[in-house]
Amino acid sequence: MLDQTEGYTTEDGRRIGGVVMEMRNITLRFGGVVAIKDISFDIREGEIRAIIGPNGAGKSSMLNVISGFYIPQEGEVLYKGAKRPQMKPYEVARQGIARTFQNIALFEGMTVLDNVMTGRLNHMKTNLFQQALWKGRAEKEEVENREVVEKVIDFLEIQNIRKTPVARLPYGLKKRVELARALAAEPSLLLLDEPMAGMNVEEKEDMSRFILDVNDEFGTTIALIEHDMGVVMDLSDRVVVMDYGQKIGDGTPDEVRSNQDVIDAYLGVAHD
Amino acid sequence: MAPASGGKDGLVSIPALLDRNAETFATKAAYREKEFGIWQTWTWSDTREEIRNLARGLIDMGVEKGDFIAIIGSNRPHLYWSMVAAQMVGAVPVPVYQDSAADEMAYVLDHCGARFVIAEDQEQVDKVVEVQERLHQFEHLVYLDPRGLRKYDHSQLHDYRQVQQTGHDLRDKLNPELERRQSAIAYDDTCVMLYTSGTTGKPKGVVLSNRNIIETSIASSEFDSLSTGEEVLAYLPMAWVGDFIFSIGQAYWTGFCVNCPESEDTLITDLREIGPTYYFAPPRVFETQLTTVMIRMEDSTRFKKWLFDRCMAHARKVGGDILDGRPVGFGDRLKYRLGDLFIYGPLKNTLGLSRVRVGYTAGEAIGPEIFSFYRSLGINLKQLYGQTEAGVFITQQPDGEVRADTVGVPSPGVEVRIADNGEVFYRSPGVFVEYYKNPESTASTKDSEGWVATGDAGFFEPDTGHLRIIDRAKDVGKMADGSMFAPKYVENKLKFYPNILEAVVFGSGRDRCCAFINIDLSAVGNWAERNNIAYSSYQELAGHPQVMATIQEHVEEANASIAEDEMLSGCQVHRFLILHKELDADDGEMTRTRKVRRGMIADKYDDLITALYDGSNEVSTRTEVTYEDGRKGYISATLEIRDARVVPVATRKVAAE
Repeated sequence: MLDQTEGYTTEDGRRIGGVVMEMRNITLRFGGVVAIKDISFDIREGEIRAIIGPNGAGKSSMLNVISGFYIPQEGEVLYKGAKRPQMKPYEVARQGIARTFQNIALFEGMTVLDNVMTGRLNHMKTNLFQQALWKGRAEKEEVENREVVEKVIDFLEIQNIRKTPVARLPYGLKKRVELARALAAEPSLLLLDEPMAGMNVEEKEDMSRFILDVNDEFGTTIALIEHDMGVVMDLSDRVVVMDYGQKIGDGTPDEVRSNQDVIDAYLGVAHD
Repeated sequence: MAPASGGKDGLVSIPALLDRNAETFATKAAYREKEFGIWQTWTWSDTREEIRNLARGLIDMGVEKGDFIAIIGSNRPHLYWSMVAAQMVGAVPVPVYQDSAADEMAYVLDHCGARFVIAEDQEQVDKVVEVQERLHQFEHLVYLDPRGLRKYDHSQLHDYRQVQQTGHDLRDKLNPELERRQSAIAYDDTCVMLYTSGTTGKPKGVVLSNRNIIETSIASSEFDSLSTGEEVLAYLPMAWVGDFIFSIGQAYWTGFCVNCPESEDTLITDLREIGPTYYFAPPRVFETQLTTVMIRMEDSTRFKKWLFDRCMAHARKVGGDILDGRPVGFGDRLKYRLGDLFIYGPLKNTLGLSRVRVGYTAGEAIGPEIFSFYRSLGINLKQLYGQTEAGVFITQQPDGEVRADTVGVPSPGVEVRIADNGEVFYRSPGVFVEYYKNPESTASTKDSEGWVATGDAGFFEPDTGHLRIIDRAKDVGKMADGSMFAPKYVENKLKFYPNILEAVVFGSGRDRCCAFINIDLSAVGNWAERNNIAYSSYQELAGHPQVMATIQEHVEEANASIAEDEMLSGCQVHRFLILHKELDADDGEMTRTRKVRRGMIADKYDDLITALYDGSNEVSTRTEVTYEDGRKGYISATLEIRDARVVPVATRKVAAE
């Protein structure tokens, strides 16, 4: 089924490439609590990879390991074939990894446009002094970056709120702005932490559409955490299922759906 | 150039006008579109290049003379160009309402037998693909926005820009053919086919010739002395005749610039940025804008509110007269100037109407208060009366003779007569050629001498010569006692209250009138918010006792005003209810242009009408609703029915007997 080096072709004919990121026997502890226990899986180029599990399964911890925010006590993370050293968040961002947060981390007082512009920070080379003078290089750079940002704004259909301060937006739109900021960084790997949390059905449909379009249009590799099973199964190419810090399933949505351990974890097991 | 078989200076088609503009106004802006946050501009010579590339691409795809090309999408320069490119290669453009459901679209595409479709985006492509099986003549689809379409089967799909590129690459090879086709266009060839919104029955394809469009455009441009300097904002459906006349006919004749908004949701911002000089909007848009202004003034500080009220009172007193050039005292003028500095100017700027030189509203009657509000600010808002079959213009108001209750004098070149039963007939160079594949309807609408029945009842005011429209001729009926019943007249009185969005009045053949009311959610919702009234849905707010009481006051006030009209005093509303859902085009209750479908509503809510007339105080009902994605559901409700006070008209009846 899966070829370790060559990748595979999805049902709808998308070509999935080689391994971008690999988790090898990751174990993460907080004091005596084992949040993640000996988990291995990989993320391949161009795929939508989901990590699901009931509450407290260790999904968010896993995402934080992927993003380099947590350093696992055991095991190693390989990014583009190389073992990843301990890094600061901005260094991770420079490597082409962008993320959104479960509980929205936007600059509330700034406009949507400014928020999305912050996503371009790593692509700007002028220094503070040049930017203060603004004329010349800094101006040219801002125009270039604004162009990228405007394309993202167009893509996510948020033109009408371009100049609106984020604090005035409803929750569903804030989530979209967060996605916009992550996209503005032109990431090669996009991490989404519960992108559908707290959304109504219509907003979920919109968000799913955007995630698929991002993957389709820009070929971005996407790893997402979600506990809404229905959404995940429709969206992802492969799914990792976690429960109590352990991996209990890994495979295509269909394989995962028919996995007895997964069914037990979600529906509970009868005590007899 | 083609031999001048008519047409001014041998300009017998839109492509011919394009050639002239590309020469005369080469570097002047023809189109602007806001994209990626910036207004992108195309000059007339750029436009000609774009259109010719597309036209050659269409020839390469196999478009033949006489083919129909359906164009579906929102107002984008590229889609306007598609229409002209279609004409250039001898085909007939058929713009289709972009919000029509797949089934409605299938009917139109099948009826005209479109071999080609040019669609804006995935949403429209999906609809065409869905009904494709039923369209035996359909061959190719060109899409503008490739987003999301990558995985589609591309044997019949083509990227707009790719088609243009092909047209560009094959310019030498295909130019002779293009020239041949363009020079073959005659003045009486079809320019465009537009489907009527279909207030009753299936939509009809109205065939308009180059002669219809060009002569109407010339006459109407001269009427308001439109010049190359005008700026218009194209935001009304491209399938509507008005947009075709304004954004293509008049724009190509005078060479003015058509601006396309970024998206539907950014309209207000775009309007403000462009500041159009020539503006058209249906009454609903003006109502909504005024409601927004009023709500915001209610929410502002007491001083600002006081200043606003004072200035507006003065504007109402003299603003209209100043606009019409009537004598106004020096002191009043000075005060008006001050008001303009502090209130009117900034307000007009906020509304995006600072530069409007000529503004029109049509389609429905506009509330006198709304109309005079805009005019008192110094905005030259006028009314016109028109139809698709007339190429828009039948009557319009000349500058300085503007009133809320008339629709003006016959437009240049138009003859109007009133039949014995009150129905309005007209004849003009703009009168349509025929309904496509429908000779019976053509014959019943247009007689052998070219007179067209409007279906509206009206009369000319003896002293001013202005036309007044009362109602649809077929809706004007008789009540049980034989007095005249004109539902639209009553509904308009009710709709002029900001709290009332729609009203449907019944009473034909009955002894008294009753009404359905739709509240305006933004106006009533704001009132609820200010008065700490919690509600979770339209239905709940509509059923609130205080809302009922407010609406009752409105109905009673309207009754008092109706009673003053001798002919129509019998149309006072005796009983009413507030509907539990908003009337919606998706449920077939309104047309796409938001006119109520009376018959449809009467059938659907038969139980409610029965309850209105049998004296009961409340009624339970269950209604089917269609969601935007086509799914269906039901809502149940118990509605209160109230009696409204009416002004007794018995004296008049006695006198008449």
